[in-house]
Amino acid sequence: MADYLPHTPEEVAAMLAFVGVDSLEGLYAHVPAAVRLAGGLDLPAGMTEPDAAAVVAGYGSRNGARASELVCFAGAGAYDHEVPPVVRALAGRSEFVTAYTPYQPEVAQGVLQAIFEYQTLVARLSGLPIANASLYDGATALVEALNMAHGATGRSRMLVSSGVHPHWRAVARTFAAGTGHVVDEVPLVGGLTDWSGVDTAGVAAVVVAYPNYLGVLEDPGAAKALAAATGGLLVVAGDPVAAGVLRSAGAWGADVFVGEGQPFGTALSFGGPYLGLFACSDAQVRRLPGRIVGETVDTEGRRAYVTTLRAREQDIRREKATSNVCTNQTLMAVAAAVQLGWLGTQGLREVATRCAQGAHYLYDQLAAVDGVAPVTSAPFFREFALRLRRPAREVVALMAAEGILAGVALDALGGPEDPSADAPDEVLLVAVTERRTRAELDHYVRALRGALR
Amino acid sequence: MTASPAGRASSAPLMGRDAEPTLFEISVPGRRAYQLRTTDVPARALEDLVPAAHLAEAPVAVAEVSERDLVAHVTRLSHRQFSVDLGMYPLGSCTMKYNPKFCDAVAADPALASVHPAAPAELTQGWLEILVNLEERLCAITGMAAATLQPAAGAAGELTGLLLMRAYHASRGDVRRRVVIPDSAHGTNPASVTLGGYEVTTVPSNDRGLVDLEALRRVLGPDVAGIMLTNPNTLGLFEEEIVEIAAAVHDVGGLLYYDGANLNAILGVVRPGDMGFDIVHMNLHKTFATPHGGGGPGAGPVAVAAHLVDFLPGPRAVRDGGRLAWATPARSIGRVHGWHGNALVLARALAYIDVHGAEGLTRVAQHAVLNANWLRRRVGEILPAAHDRMCMHECTLQATLLKERYGVRALDVAKTLLEEGFHAPTVYFPLIVEEALMFEPTETESPQTLEALAQAIERIAERAATDPEGMRRAPQTTPVARVDEARAARHLVATADTPRPL
Repeated sequence: MADYLPHTPEEVAAMLAFVGVDSLEGLYAHVPAAVRLAGGLDLPAGMTEPDAAAVVAGYGSRNGARASELVCFAGAGAYDHEVPPVVRALAGRSEFVTAYTPYQPEVAQGVLQAIFEYQTLVARLSGLPIANASLYDGATALVEALNMAHGATGRSRMLVSSGVHPHWRAVARTFAAGTGHVVDEVPLVGGLTDWSGVDTAGVAAVVVAYPNYLGVLEDPGAAKALAAATGGLLVVAGDPVAAGVLRSAGAWGADVFVGEGQPFGTALSFGGPYLGLFACSDAQVRRLPGRIVGETVDTEGRRAYVTTLRAREQDIRREKATSNVCTNQTLMAVAAAVQLGWLGTQGLREVATRCAQGAHYLYDQLAAVDGVAPVTSAPFFREFALRLRRPAREVVALMAAEGILAGVALDALGGPEDPSADAPDEVLLVAVTERRTRAELDHYVRALRGALR
Repeated sequence: MTASPAGRASSAPLMGRDAEPTLFEISVPGRRAYQLRTTDVPARALEDLVPAAHLAEAPVAVAEVSERDLVAHVTRLSHRQFSVDLGMYPLGSCTMKYNPKFCDAVAADPALASVHPAAPAELTQGWLEILVNLEERLCAITGMAAATLQPAAGAAGELTGLLLMRAYHASRGDVRRRVVIPDSAHGTNPASVTLGGYEVTTVPSNDRGLVDLEALRRVLGPDVAGIMLTNPNTLGLFEEEIVEIAAAVHDVGGLLYYDGANLNAILGVVRPGDMGFDIVHMNLHKTFATPHGGGGPGAGPVAVAAHLVDFLPGPRAVRDGGRLAWATPARSIGRVHGWHGNALVLARALAYIDVHGAEGLTRVAQHAVLNANWLRRRVGEILPAAHDRMCMHECTLQATLLKERYGVRALDVAKTLLEEGFHAPTVYFPLIVEEALMFEPTETESPQTLEALAQAIERIAERAATDPEGMRRAPQTTPVARVDEARAARHLVATADTPRPL
């Protein structure tokens, strides 16, 4: 057994005497005996760190999909981007790792300024004026956007494109059970949202993914027109890497931008912790969920930062708060700010461009493979969907034997309720990042040909 | 080039004389840090790949800095930041204990961190084992039947728990309207209740700082979906009538929700399940030291009793013969996270639990309670406890004497403690305690550190008598002095691009 307690037995005895009890157990004398645990916790015995490290290594060795084994072509909202040592070193500094929410701004300027820089970068990426200090992940950022739309319009119907990631839609449905929101999922036709024929009554939000989860570049202008006609907010769910070169959410007329920030500085991490990006128009600022950092001055007139607009938050407004969010994902937000600082203006553009170049190179090769058909001919950015001759799950398994994580089988992602495609079990989502070499792309083509033979 | 380059120095020593410039202020056009893989992928123009209507007119401006500039900038920001690694952080209700470096190493292990969340179960068996093992450990610790690991933080766990409550009642054709919350509760509780579609009914605390059982019985009825309780409560006191509270709530068909914010106090001593709770959330970043990350990431798993297992979010990792697989419970409320929860945080928590084992975790709780009680007694003459009897892992003290005698408030005490090199306690919470200063020393602080804190409080008391004005201007030795919070709210400047007020 190991622990991290500093107390010596003599110190414990002296402290107990000072407190006035004769044993550590005596500290709990007022806990009703009827509910006290007899016999201790039913847990494995403790172990030393080196022994525990061996156990952890065992877990790792049973992850066949780890990067040393498989080259990653899986995406669906989680992407294998370069995270350089400098970003890991800086974001991993213990001053950031072991601090808490900056309640005392005088000793938290480091975290506060880093978040301020992060907010600036998210606002620039989104083309909107205000960003918050982050939310848990892209899916919960979407939920907060829907809550904001309800607050802004007093209405409850959410028109959500089925091009929005299936998990995000699932999370939105889950939380709608509490808020009473009606989540209407608008189908895809040919890979693009078919907004025609939707019921336009009582719309609070129109949500479009850009690009959508099939990789397709939707027309946010069509969603904007619908939002304008119905008086609902336009929410654009974006890939932040693509946002580096695409027309921004703000330029498309969005009221809210949400996104998954993992591609900036956070490893794939089996899905978390990730980073919920959230930005909005000036008109919605009082309805912002979560923390927001603002610039101000101290009593000496020096520039300083502080969490602000606190009157929206749960610890002050309680049941009338804009959100129940207490913490954000600060460490991931710091990593994102550092990663973007490392990339810089030119690097961000280059990463986005290389993703698109790699994806289009691979797509062009694969389109010629027997047994492969594109799901749609619509333009895409860095990810695309293919219909295969055999179930995508089988292809993923076969290609793993060739050292490739071939992508994400659509039915594994959306489940059978997904409305976006018939026979979804034959659809494979393939993503390419700036880390994929031409040799890897060519190997992918050969391996897929083999898997479909 | 002229002899004097334009722009701000990015790595010249500031020595605390000035604010750190922003990333944008040290940017110099043309400077760069990034290096990418050589890929040999044909470099087609973006305009050939993406229709022009989709492309931005101008690139997104980030900043242009060298790697050395970036390192200096971020390192200096880190020097303007207090942290557990630097010193004692007795922030009540937040459990700012030491975060073992071993757990950092676990989270950094590429064999865990490089795994894609949508990789098939056959290729992620190690991860599924981690999730299943953690779920089993958390259930053993809380005395519950099963758990979801998806909620990303405590507040997310609360809302998940309320949706479970809702689904349970709905499954019985039972429409209920209200959730009862003590007046000492964390603000996340009422906010979560609203989002869960319920109305809040507040129940007062009695003069012992505990739920007033008679008042509770008066507000209970057939429309009560449940009660949310923190035990020990936010005053750091154990709810001694928990058995009676549980019976009263269950008698009207309600469920008991355990807010695990203060679980650190009772590990191995008493379990929420044995107290009668039906739903429990845990804050892994508190109790299991995963750390707090400057305000996230956390993790807020929710464990439930047997009658609620079918409603848990899915998919969950489960044992399936000799393998592990994903399964979604029959009447699941659905997903509450984009993937499987904050997986690397979960892996850290499992490592923490496995190093400690049953005995180690029990010692954690006992020493947390010992430290809090020692501090309560040691400084009680200066900062009297709101309820001067045995507390749990934290003690709620009051600055009432200093306020009466010298006009020095809890906030002034907190700010002066910063000058003394300690992080401040939680102030003005719980809301029901006047001039509250809530100290949670945690178990990892030594008696010597506690004594140093006590002596700092003694110095503060002396200063309150002689220099109350100075205390109202404290802190002066920190990177910035007291900040103008009103100005920040009046003229919101949330980005470097926002026009500044004149």
